[in-house]
Amino acid sequence: MSTIWVIFKRELSGYFTTPIAYVFLALFVFLSGIFAFYIGNFFDRGQADLQAFFMFHPWLYLFFIPALAMRLWAEERKVGTIELLFTLPVTMTQAVLGKFLAAWVFSGIALAFTFPMWITVNYLGTPDNGVIAASYIGSFLMAGAFLAIGSCISAVTKNQVIAFVVSAAVCLGFVMSGFPLVLDVVSGWAPPAIVDAVSSFSFLTHFEAITKGVIDLRDLIFFVSLGAFWLFANAVVIDAKKAQ
Amino acid sequence: MAMRVDDGGGEYVVPMIEIRDLTKRFGPVVAVDGVSFEVERGEVLGFLGPNGAGKSTTMKMVTGFLAPDAGSVTVGGDDIASSPIAVKRRIGYLPEGAPLYGDMTPRAFLGFIAEIRGLAGARRRERIDTVVEQVSIGPVLDRPIETLSKGFKRRVGLAQAILHDPEVLVLDEPTDGLDPNQKHEVRNLIRGMSSDKVIVLSTHILEEVEAVCSRAIIIASGRLVSDGTPEALVSRAPNHNVVCCGLRGVEASGAVEALGAVDGVQRIDVVAASAERVSLQIHPVNGASLLAPVAEFARTRGWEVDELYAERGRLDDVFRAITRPHGSSAGNAGAASGEG
Ligand SMILES: Nc1ncnc2c1ncn2[C@@H]1O[C@H](COP(=O)(O)OP(=O)(O)O)[C@@H](O)[C@H]1O
Ligand SMILES: [Mg+2]
Repeated sequence: MSTIWVIFKRELSGYFTTPIAYVFLALFVFLSGIFAFYIGNFFDRGQADLQAFFMFHPWLYLFFIPALAMRLWAEERKVGTIELLFTLPVTMTQAVLGKFLAAWVFSGIALAFTFPMWITVNYLGTPDNGVIAASYIGSFLMAGAFLAIGSCISAVTKNQVIAFVVSAAVCLGFVMSGFPLVLDVVSGWAPPAIVDAVSSFSFLTHFEAITKGVIDLRDLIFFVSLGAFWLFANAVVIDAKKAQ
Repeated sequence: MAMRVDDGGGEYVVPMIEIRDLTKRFGPVVAVDGVSFEVERGEVLGFLGPNGAGKSTTMKMVTGFLAPDAGSVTVGGDDIASSPIAVKRRIGYLPEGAPLYGDMTPRAFLGFIAEIRGLAGARRRERIDTVVEQVSIGPVLDRPIETLSKGFKRRVGLAQAILHDPEVLVLDEPTDGLDPNQKHEVRNLIRGMSSDKVIVLSTHILEEVEAVCSRAIIIASGRLVSDGTPEALVSRAPNHNVVCCGLRGVEASGAVEALGAVDGVQRIDVVAASAERVSLQIHPVNGASLLAPVAEFARTRGWEVDELYAERGRLDDVFRAITRPHGSSAGNAGAASGEG
């Protein structure tokens, strides 16, 4: 546990050694606001809720999360510090979790800085704060699932740009798999069971259910177990690739 | 730590590092091929071999970074496969090229290593101060590592490896890429630490072996081809103990004939001969020492000797002979790898 903490601290403070971290935070808060106000028509909807804000999170994460995750393992492999790390008394689980948690907490910090949205909506009306809290939790869990994917893919390559592009593409797949566009293509040839399976992997479906106030434990479990699966895959990939 | 184990039939000493039939393949390449050896506390083991011989791969298995395809590694009685963390606690390791977290300062980096190694409080401060002093990185402690010169980076890598005062130190080409002064400093550092530890260092610089190692292992194409003291290795040089001598007041042919009768002389080469001086190389039988008999013989004959010394032999020559891919003494080394 303490080893995870040591790795976590090193990773998280690593984000803040460059100004990029602050640019990142500012951009996330700014864009999530812009999207909500201009594209989501936050005011025109005349509703005291944050749906117009949360509905863009999967799309924002599509770019922000791979950018956060791309460095995690690609850089270790490129520079060779992975050899240093795994010859210290550190287990694979500790290393994977320490790094993942640091990135996740960073994404949580970005999310936390959007609190003015919450204040605004409370100022303008009387929203259901339970739903908003659940949405924040759902958004955070979704960020974690995205990050697990990004972390795993960042172990596949030494090139951060490739890691970014591939993670964004895979994440896009998970977001889009609930879209009629995608489902129509699949339902053209696949049996309904497969169509259901594909759509059940959609981040959008699970996340929208949460933001609409339909708090179903299964949606939360979906993100947690998907994240766990990708982190497990992450460990497998590191083990297979670390020699190269 | 020489551990004493009682297996019923009396105690015996377990070596600090025990390597048995270690093997590692990368696809078709057999990088390490059935290597076995042991290292005792107090030894400084030089790990020699041409590039691609399998030195780094062996070290990566000893330090637990790579899992062997076959064979075992035991450090201080713990098996790396079953107790990797216990083994890693015992070892300090400088990987090839000294990889470091470039965005950290040496101070933050050593703090991180100390925490991971479980050093805390006063002990942590004391150890960091000690190694910073030992490798002289005081002036650069607060500059990002990526802005440091190669020499300083290497020292930070060394500091990291010795921070927890490990029983076993594994250094992969610790002086590679350093200038002569820096090499000298690193060697002094290693010599200063050697008495109570096991140190294994790889190199392809042979003078380094003679300078710091008490024992040298040579591997070629993944196989162990020689194991002994540097002196024993040198004695296998083709020109070991060849006596070079310069004589005045004697004719070349006369000198060769007369000296040929001295006991233990195998053959004599005339290097140069003029009216007033001859220069000879006297080859001994089986590398025996001829210096004294030759000096004595010249004195009884009344020759004027203006030069007389025995060649030590060069490690380079031995190394080349042993590791040459198609050399007779290297056995099947040539067959094992697609060289080049
Ligand atoms: N990760 C790897 N993948 C494929 N081949 C490798 C890998 N690491 C080392 N090798 C090969 O194994 C052999 C031994 O390499 P290495 O242990 O690095 O040698 P040395 O350190 O003695 O120069 C070489 O032929 C090298 O090309
Ligand atoms: Mg090497």
